[in-house]
Amino acid sequence: MVSGLINANPVVYEKKERRTRSSPGDVDEYAVEQIDQLEIFDHIRDIKDPEHPYSLEELKVITEDAVEVDDNRSYVRVTFTPTVEHCSMATVIGLCLRVKLMRSLPPRYKVDIRVAPGTHATEAAVNKQLNDKERVAAALENPNLVDMVDECLAPSYE
Amino acid sequence: MGDSVQLIKHVELYVNSSATPSQQVASVDAVAALLKNDLLTLDALVREMEMYLTTTDSIVRSRGTLLLAEILEQLTSKPLNSTSIHSLIGFFTERLADWKALRGAIVGCLALLRRKVDVGIVTDSEAKAVAQSYLQNLQVQSLGQHDRKLSFQLMDCLLDRYPGAIRDLGDNLVYGICEAIDGEKDPQCLLLVFHIVESLARLYTGPLANFAEDLFEILGSYFPIHFTHPKGEDDDVKREELSRALMLAFASTHLFEPFSIPLLLEKLSSSLPSAKVESFKYLSYCSTKYGPERMVKHAEALWSSVKDVTYISPSSTPSTESESMGGMSFQDSEIMRHAFVLLQEVTRQHADFVSLVIADNDIHVFINSLNQYKEFDDIPVLVKQKLHALGHILSTCAKPSVELCNKVFEGFFPLLMDGFGLSAAKPSDNVECKFGAIYLCTELLAASRYLTLSLDNCTLDPDFSRQTWHVMLSNFSKSLEKAFIALLRSNVADNAESAYVYFGVKGLQILATFPESFLPVSKSIYDDILLELVSIVTSSGSKTFLWTLALKALVEIGFFINKCPGSGKAASFESIVVEKIVSLISSDDSALPLSLKLQAVFEIGETRKDIMLRVVQALDEAISTKFSEVNDHGNHESYNMIVKLLDTYTQKVLPWFLEIGGSEEIPLNFALGIWDKMETSRFLNVNPLQIASGVLGATMTAMKSAVGSCSKENQEIIISKAFGILFSSTDFGSPGFKSGNDIVKEDELQQTNNNVGRDKWLTSLFASVVIALRPQTIIPNGKMVLQLFITSLLNGHVPSAHALGSLVNKLPLEINGMDSSTSFTLNEAMDIIFHSFNILGNDGSGIDFGSLRLNTLRIQSAINTVVGLAWIGKGLLMRGHEKVKDITMSLLSFLTMDGQDGLPKQFQNLIEVSDEKGVNQLMICAGDAFRTIMSESEECLNRKYHANVRPLYKQRFFSTIMPILISLVVKSESSFVRSMLYRAFAHVVTETPLSAILGEAKKLVPLLLDCLSMLRKDVSNKEIIYSLLLVISGVLVEKTGQEAAVENAPGIINQLTDLTAYSHMTAIRETAIQCLVAVSQLSHTRIYPLRTKVLRATSKALDDPKRVVRQEAVRCHQTW
Repeated sequence: MVSGLINANPVVYEKKERRTRSSPGDVDEYAVEQIDQLEIFDHIRDIKDPEHPYSLEELKVITEDAVEVDDNRSYVRVTFTPTVEHCSMATVIGLCLRVKLMRSLPPRYKVDIRVAPGTHATEAAVNKQLNDKERVAAALENPNLVDMVDECLAPSYE
Repeated sequence: MGDSVQLIKHVELYVNSSATPSQQVASVDAVAALLKNDLLTLDALVREMEMYLTTTDSIVRSRGTLLLAEILEQLTSKPLNSTSIHSLIGFFTERLADWKALRGAIVGCLALLRRKVDVGIVTDSEAKAVAQSYLQNLQVQSLGQHDRKLSFQLMDCLLDRYPGAIRDLGDNLVYGICEAIDGEKDPQCLLLVFHIVESLARLYTGPLANFAEDLFEILGSYFPIHFTHPKGEDDDVKREELSRALMLAFASTHLFEPFSIPLLLEKLSSSLPSAKVESFKYLSYCSTKYGPERMVKHAEALWSSVKDVTYISPSSTPSTESESMGGMSFQDSEIMRHAFVLLQEVTRQHADFVSLVIADNDIHVFINSLNQYKEFDDIPVLVKQKLHALGHILSTCAKPSVELCNKVFEGFFPLLMDGFGLSAAKPSDNVECKFGAIYLCTELLAASRYLTLSLDNCTLDPDFSRQTWHVMLSNFSKSLEKAFIALLRSNVADNAESAYVYFGVKGLQILATFPESFLPVSKSIYDDILLELVSIVTSSGSKTFLWTLALKALVEIGFFINKCPGSGKAASFESIVVEKIVSLISSDDSALPLSLKLQAVFEIGETRKDIMLRVVQALDEAISTKFSEVNDHGNHESYNMIVKLLDTYTQKVLPWFLEIGGSEEIPLNFALGIWDKMETSRFLNVNPLQIASGVLGATMTAMKSAVGSCSKENQEIIISKAFGILFSSTDFGSPGFKSGNDIVKEDELQQTNNNVGRDKWLTSLFASVVIALRPQTIIPNGKMVLQLFITSLLNGHVPSAHALGSLVNKLPLEINGMDSSTSFTLNEAMDIIFHSFNILGNDGSGIDFGSLRLNTLRIQSAINTVVGLAWIGKGLLMRGHEKVKDITMSLLSFLTMDGQDGLPKQFQNLIEVSDEKGVNQLMICAGDAFRTIMSESEECLNRKYHANVRPLYKQRFFSTIMPILISLVVKSESSFVRSMLYRAFAHVVTETPLSAILGEAKKLVPLLLDCLSMLRKDVSNKEIIYSLLLVISGVLVEKTGQEAAVENAPGIINQLTDLTAYSHMTAIRETAIQCLVAVSQLSHTRIYPLRTKVLRATSKALDDPKRVVRQEAVRCHQTW
């Protein structure tokens, strides 16, 4: 890998306050609560950046608005914004997002991860890599990569 | 000379460097013991030790000296003659020069110098010699840590105990000390050093003058105390301790002032927050010590520093309750707090300091600039913080004395009034709301109020009338009051929770709580204020914020009035507020909801006992009028009102009286009053049923708590009255009732519907009385009472069951008195009960089915019996009576009555006769009876109602019933019976404390799992399943439980995975998944084979309709 940090001095933003959902006392026992934007965002906001001890939320790599979800069609699309254009970590971040969502969402879901248009030098290549099933599966067989991903995901399970 | 040989042996042992420390200590003790018991004289010892003390071998010599010194340390309480002290101190003084044997010399000197007067002490001249030798010979900073500490202790001791002796050492001493302490770094030594400096400065102001700068240079370098290595080995010396010692040293003499104050002021600009805090602390302490004359020249610098921290860059944070406080409540940082302390200190010392504040142009500009903000929300946070700080500064300045108050008022009051748009000449109604001015005004008013109150207490007749601020306030008080009122009236429409409202009310409250003797707030103003507040409280409850504030203000004023009863203001409070508010209860105007009315009344009542009594009176009247309204007109609206009134009684009034103690007449009168009502109203027109039962419930609760809070004697009064009414006015005494021929009776009752209602009321109320009785209270005519409850219980009257439970819980076992005709014992009662329920005492089969068959026509009455048995059983269990066993056995026989071969034939008939469904219901009811027995109840049999509660009764029941239940489960063949038994089992388990269950975990876990799988089939069991799951999760978390769980891991996981898909209750799914997480902590070899199963279940749960479940599933998925 590259020696030294790719973005040595990232801008750190404040975390947004956790929105607690209002829970009225007499909820219908059988009512369905659909999976929504905030729920997906809650899954991924605490993922740690591969090179800094900050969460993706703090670095504004992902925002709540960058999550598009359609529960009925079982479809999720997450658009993330790398901190610098030439960030070689973009693929790792994308992989983390994909793995986390794979583990957190029901199997019926199709997950689509992509880099925000115009924020990365090799946007097309990264998008292709991230949504190629074979390549993702291959990546997850690489023990080094799996370790790295697990490390990044660790804080999001707390 | 055997002693001598032994002695030498001890000495040898001590001197020998190869001996262990414990041996050395032992030898010191041995020698000291010899001396103490006069087996050896000190002279003889010294002579024996001569060789060790004078040898040229420095190691032996130092050990020898140390031995002698340590022996002396042990002899502090033994009288010694002056010659031996003289020779010893002389010896040690000399030895101070011997650096190789130094430690012994110092310890020896210390031991001698610390002696008490009555056992012989060192003379002054000898002490002086020690000091001289010390100064001449000791190079303290070249010694090791322990020796340094000892030598500082020596110096400290000299300064403390022989100040006179060493005074004339003068410069020499100070110089020596400077030299000794320079560069000290060890915290323990520093503590001593600071103390030495403090005593030095206190004692020798003369010689110190020349050295003050040098000495302070040494001291000053330690400020602020800051440990660079936080985890040092000297953790025992706290930073605060050191800091305090240093502060005392700083402030020990005013000679330090020219050096210390500049240093402290300089350190204020440090970036370390702790340094700032320390500086302010030191400054305020020093300024008290140095005195005003010396501090004057620093005044300007001090003000600018305080201003800097509090006002220019305030570091306060909005406190959590900011919203309810009108948005102006800030939490000061520690720095600010200490800065304000300094400000207070300085202003108190010299009044001129205030003129600095007043003359400060920044503040004036700021106040004027505040006028630009029209709306509260326009004001930026920084300005609010500044405003808050400024308010604090002003009030701090004004509080200490009248003169200061004058100055502050002169300086700012006109300015504020201008900002307020008020003039002294004519009070105008249209006020422009300038928030800043309002805020500062209230702060100033509060400060002046504080001042008058504090002066009011100490001097008898404070004469304010010629004081400037007094005059100013008199001129403006009218218009201020108008302005505040206008605030309340004008702004509420715009913004319900506005800060203006808050400060308007606050201002009025402050004005109203000036002491009586304080003239500017005249009585008319006071009355106006009260009228305004009362009109707010009485007029409308829609503006909640304003309403609560106004009520709170009134309550505050009420409390304040209490301090000076009998004054004119108290009278007008009485006439304006209390009258009006109390009359609220009875008034029927609907502008204000009843609950708010009651709140207002109660809170006002809380201010004083006699007001509360009036409130109670009004409440009583209101209740009785409502009752009669109900009776006469059947007014439905009144029902709800009665419920609310009664609730206020139970929840607020009665506890309040209990808390302040004393008057027991209140509950007594209340209870008697209700019975009076019962007596007079022949027919209770209670329809429709739901509302009626609400009223009845409220009345019963009120009755219970009223009776419960009475003493034994009063309870007896109540019960005899109740008894009289109950049995005289109705046909309860009729023979038909007693025969237990309830079937006929019931039919009768159904015909006369009115009577049912009335009887129900009477019985229920009587039951409430009985429930709340103390165990000592004697119940008249117990048998009749018991019969009454039994019959009404069989008619399905649950409160009667409660009362029966309470009865058996509280009845005395034996009777000592003569009058056994009126009172009766528990055993008698039990006989009656068992007889009427046809339970045979010690016969295991429990129920006489022959007679049960009589009742079988009505399964319902059997169910009622079961309910009654449950409560009786509970009462018995709680007092630890053995008959509870019979009760449980009969309950169990109800449970298992589904066609068992061991049961009599008549029983088969029963099933044929009655419908299947009824029997099932009966069995379910019997199962639930176990919950009744085990659970805590709000209704009765708790501490509030004086129940006999044995400790650990639940555990006892658990351990007796479990084996029986388990064996029955094993024996039972029909699945329905088993499910019923499991139902009972589940109730018992869930109500038992976890620790008892853990002890039996190995046996219970498989049963619990069976139980879960059995109960899962029926949707109606979901509550039980949930509580069982909680038990399982408790087992899984505890260590002992985990061992049991490991053995049953597959079973547990199977059950839990099944429950993750339980569609009827979200909480069950959630808990099941949480339990799975806990299971993952068990030993891996056992659970690994089940991993795929769990993962499959959790991945299904990821798609759960509920969000909480999905979140838990994600976590569970991860841990597995």
